[in-house]
Amino acid sequence: MSTGNMNLTLKVWRQKNAQSAGKMVTYKAENISPDMSFLEMLDVVNESLILKGDEPIHFDHDCREGICGMCSLYINGRPHGPKRAITTCQLHMRSFHDGETITIEPWRAAAFPVVKDLAVDRSAFDRIQQSGGFVSVNTGGVPDANEIAIPKVIADEAFNSATCIGCGACVAACKNASAMLFVSAKISQLAMLPQGQPERWSRVQAMVAQMDAEGFGSCTNTGACEAECPKEISLTNISRMNNDYFSAKLFREEHVHEHGTSGE
Amino acid sequence: MSEFKQTFNSSLGKKLIMALTGLFLCTFLIVHLGGNLFLFRDDKGYGFNVYANFLAHFPPIEVIAYLLYLCIIVHSIYALVLTINNRSARPVTYVAHNDAPASWSSKNMGILGSILLLFIVIHMGDFWFTYKFNNVLGFKEYKTNLVTGDRTVTDFKPGYADFENSISTEGNNEIVRVKDLHARVVWSFSHLWYVVFYVIAMGAVSFHLVHGFQSAFQTLGWTHRKYTPIVKFIGTWLFAVIIPLGFALMPIVYYIQSLSK
Repeated sequence: MSTGNMNLTLKVWRQKNAQSAGKMVTYKAENISPDMSFLEMLDVVNESLILKGDEPIHFDHDCREGICGMCSLYINGRPHGPKRAITTCQLHMRSFHDGETITIEPWRAAAFPVVKDLAVDRSAFDRIQQSGGFVSVNTGGVPDANEIAIPKVIADEAFNSATCIGCGACVAACKNASAMLFVSAKISQLAMLPQGQPERWSRVQAMVAQMDAEGFGSCTNTGACEAECPKEISLTNISRMNNDYFSAKLFREEHVHEHGTSGE
Repeated sequence: MSEFKQTFNSSLGKKLIMALTGLFLCTFLIVHLGGNLFLFRDDKGYGFNVYANFLAHFPPIEVIAYLLYLCIIVHSIYALVLTINNRSARPVTYVAHNDAPASWSSKNMGILGSILLLFIVIHMGDFWFTYKFNNVLGFKEYKTNLVTGDRTVTDFKPGYADFENSISTEGNNEIVRVKDLHARVVWSFSHLWYVVFYVIAMGAVSFHLVHGFQSAFQTLGWTHRKYTPIVKFIGTWLFAVIIPLGFALMPIVYYIQSLSK
């Protein structure tokens, strides 16, 4: 084709709703510019589906600039497609070749039920966050910005953990559908800073308990999550979470005799 | 107690048990290989048989042995439970093949571990069970001249059924009578299929431990900028190369020797 545009075959998971059984459906994506993002390519396909009176393919997206964590898609066996350290909205069609068949599936995990087509319910992550992924700060006078000294390397490491956008690619990539990279990043970003210390030991216990309750798998240290994370969250976070969890459970429990009671 | 139960029933707690039992089994391998180096001594099985006799009759070893059996069983059962849990965490599998860049061994620990469990059952049946409970093994009498160091070896027929071992001195000679496990080793490793099975199993040890050893430290939360490279070095060179190679050489060397007899 003289324009350099591409013709592709898409195999897409279509599922009416959470209750119905889904199946792979084949579509043609024609005259696709290599400079389109993957989501724009799906927009083009959806426009043609709408014109034909068909139901468009449902997929999650929001900011389309790689920071919101909404876009998902398991593309040709990899979360967010073949490139490293990007989200699906940052994936461009030039990463594929003309005539290629692309398989597009939703995140697969018991804890991420399919809502419709390629959109999954990731509220399990919200519930894990709500169980302890915060610091309780009392209102009052504004403290001086540099009152608490934090070493640069520690601040950087905490910030690296905090770059997690909660997209769920770690769960999608893990052969066990484990959420440990996400949970450990959310624990680490607070556990490394002074502000996170008062709730450090209760936080790790609560968040791990919620993670288990949501039905995620456990970690076998394959490192697939780290390799597929759009923000390159490190496996070190999981080690740090493990260390904090065992410390909290086995050694660091507050020095009180009974929880919630004061003496006799 | 219920809080401990909750801890060890959590996903992290189950992994902690896997890590601790796994590391204990790793340390056992070092001792097992060290002791079995007697097999490479050209002393008609004297060193090996005396060592085996010592292991069978030294009470602390008995305690550690039972701890070892327990670790093998717990490690296997927890692996099974975790695998079932992990499978149920993804009830609908992907159509496309997972292309995540993760090491082959890390993704196949279950298969490797199953080969190892089968190996351990056969291995213990052939040597441990035969030594302890079967009366098929004969006895050897080693007569060592304490002055010259010369040693003669003869078959020994004990006078009564439950004879186990004896050490005595006659003039300048020390007489050691022990069960002849060495003959069992020679006999077992003269079969090609058996040798091949052992070598395959040691390959499984290598791939299981190249991931498993360093993975245990990650699970325990013991990662460190300075120490983790050392852990990975030990996991790779000691546990995935030297130890499996050392064990694999035993059946290979004995098989080659059996060909020339």
